[in-house]
Amino acid sequence: MERNTISVLVNDQPGVLQRVSGLFGRRGFNIESITVGQSEETGLSRMVIVTLGDDDQLEQIEKQLYKLIDVIKVVNLSVRPMVARELALIKVKADPSERPEIMGVVETFRASVVDIGSTSLLVQVVGDTQKIDAMIELLKPYGIRELSRTGVTAMIRGNVQ
Amino acid sequence: MMTQIPEIRSTEELREKWKTPEVITGSEILLRSLVLEGVDTVFGYPGGAVLYIYDALYGFNDFKHVLTRHEQGAIHAADGYARASGKPGVCIATSGPGATNLVTGIATAYMDSVPLVVITGNVFSSLIGTDAFQEADITGITMPITKHSYLVRSVEDLPRIMHEAFHIASTGRKGPVLIDIPKDVSAAKTLFTPVTSVNLRGYNPRSVPNKLQLDKLVRAIAEAERPVIIAGGGIIYSGAHEAMYEFVKRTEIPITTTLLGLGGFPSGHELWMGMPGMHGTYTANNAIQECDLLINIGARFDDRVTGKLDGFAPKAKIVHIDIDPAEIGKNISPDIPIVGDVKTVLEMLIPEVERASKADAWRSRIAEWKQDKPLRYKDEGKVLKPQWVIELINDTTKGEAIVTTDVGQHQMWAAQYYKFNHPRSFITSGGLGTMGFGFPSAIGAQMANPERLVVSINGDGGMQMCSQELAICAIHNIPVKIVVINNEVLGMVRQWQNLIYEKRYSYTDLAGSPNFVKLAEAYGIKGIRATTKEEARAAWQEALETPGPVLVEFLVSKDENVYPMVTQGSTIDQMLMGDE
Repeated sequence: MERNTISVLVNDQPGVLQRVSGLFGRRGFNIESITVGQSEETGLSRMVIVTLGDDDQLEQIEKQLYKLIDVIKVVNLSVRPMVARELALIKVKADPSERPEIMGVVETFRASVVDIGSTSLLVQVVGDTQKIDAMIELLKPYGIRELSRTGVTAMIRGNVQ
Repeated sequence: MMTQIPEIRSTEELREKWKTPEVITGSEILLRSLVLEGVDTVFGYPGGAVLYIYDALYGFNDFKHVLTRHEQGAIHAADGYARASGKPGVCIATSGPGATNLVTGIATAYMDSVPLVVITGNVFSSLIGTDAFQEADITGITMPITKHSYLVRSVEDLPRIMHEAFHIASTGRKGPVLIDIPKDVSAAKTLFTPVTSVNLRGYNPRSVPNKLQLDKLVRAIAEAERPVIIAGGGIIYSGAHEAMYEFVKRTEIPITTTLLGLGGFPSGHELWMGMPGMHGTYTANNAIQECDLLINIGARFDDRVTGKLDGFAPKAKIVHIDIDPAEIGKNISPDIPIVGDVKTVLEMLIPEVERASKADAWRSRIAEWKQDKPLRYKDEGKVLKPQWVIELINDTTKGEAIVTTDVGQHQMWAAQYYKFNHPRSFITSGGLGTMGFGFPSAIGAQMANPERLVVSINGDGGMQMCSQELAICAIHNIPVKIVVINNEVLGMVRQWQNLIYEKRYSYTDLAGSPNFVKLAEAYGIKGIRATTKEEARAAWQEALETPGPVLVEFLVSKDENVYPMVTQGSTIDQMLMGDE
């Protein structure tokens, strides 16, 4: 089982997310994360899907996706050097006395504190999945009150499209 | 009471007339678009959300509209029409329950790659999402069982959507397309200009295969000592039956046709081995298991064909030709994958291939199998056997009829004992295995082929799932010969209970079914019953000689099983042969 990051260019039509996610569901393909947003072209959206599976499954996923009329292009980003990023917002329990220590962790990760409550800090961290996992691990001892991750968006490095 | 369906006007005339842009309603756009797409027959059932559409249909005579008695009947009839004609079938239903009654029919068509354009009404756009009366999210419900679907949000989109729907349904791997039209959209007016081109970036079905792969196949045929062809529905759907014949004539490779491929190759040919799979012939199944080259042409390695997948065709180099790239490698990874339209592929191959010259011993072996292990059943004197009934139908119609079936034992016997010679002659629900399909699909097949003899073979179970459509046969005098092979049980399920579930016949007894002869008569259709061979011959002859629809009920034993049979989890050469 390998982790693959697939970029899917789709028509920006109502129901298109349902078509794609439904396809994964009924064919038994796994979705680790899925992100959707605008693409470089008006009328088209880009989905980035992280999925676990073997080569045969990956081939089926690509072929089945292409059968959807609203799917324009499918690219497996994992076969090339790529940049993959996600963003996490982490609300950490933080009494005033603990703040400096947490700020230290945040700075080391080049993350940032985007809000301060009387007993909590809201930390924003951007990076690849491992970095965010590590950040979460380090903040756990202080008590994570709420965690929200965007899922991965990704792109191939260099001039290739 | 019989009503005459009025003659339709010529499409050319209308096409010319409608070229001039005109402000009309969504409903009128729908009807005109159907005519412009070449539709001559629509099956439907009205309701609240399609009132504007049906209002526009009032007095509209440019295609036939057949009012069925259930939406399921409408969609199966449209499916039968499509399978028999090759043109997209069209049906109309209202929102909510009307639309959900189509679901089984949509799934049936999807599984067997049948082109349908399914039109549903929906509630007013302003009410969508409010759980309004007769509201159902039919585009959502049918997403996994349609090739594509549209919820029409504006009447301006309707002309484009209509044209796209027909294009998508009838090209590439064919399939059902659903168009859901809210009531306000069918009422709204706009300037209608017929759309004649499509612009779908995400839809480019590939029909021309990779030449390198074709060369590999040509070499493989030359080297093969034990080659076999499995031909499927793709032969029929791409119109490749003549090319298929020519290919076999040149290569002399033995051929087996799947359930959906029956009729794609003449069954009288010496190299034809019958059907493969769970109820396939001894010859076809053994040939697959022993072959060193398996050429799959337009079939999808369905589990009913392959049996236990990892023991399937264990000695073979596998070639898979399919128009749908996703079928290649889905169940079996082929050594030579060929993506393309089956007819195009075969026509490209024909000039390149030669007689498989190393396969003479193999051909003799197959001829011996055919000789020694034909399909057989125990014919007992006067006792009426279901297989014998199919043979009677075959002999009297010389394999020239269009045969539709329901699902179960009678379906397998029809597939085994009716000897098809022409494509689009066997209409059966293969992939989904839909009971209730057999009879209404025959109505559609007959409407597509008014001149041909259409025989609908049903069990007593399936006949009761859509028998309400007897009304349509009667009202429009649609001359389908309706066969009910009545064994008073749900035969195929009972067969499994008999063989695998220790004869624990749980809820497969259908005693208490109606008197089918009287049921037919209640609709004004002639009904005849036969309980012996003698009666059967006479009844069937009378049915053939009587103009218009006739129902013939054949009472047969409930203990007859379909053989050969490959039980689940076995490889296909492990066949139960019965006690013949």
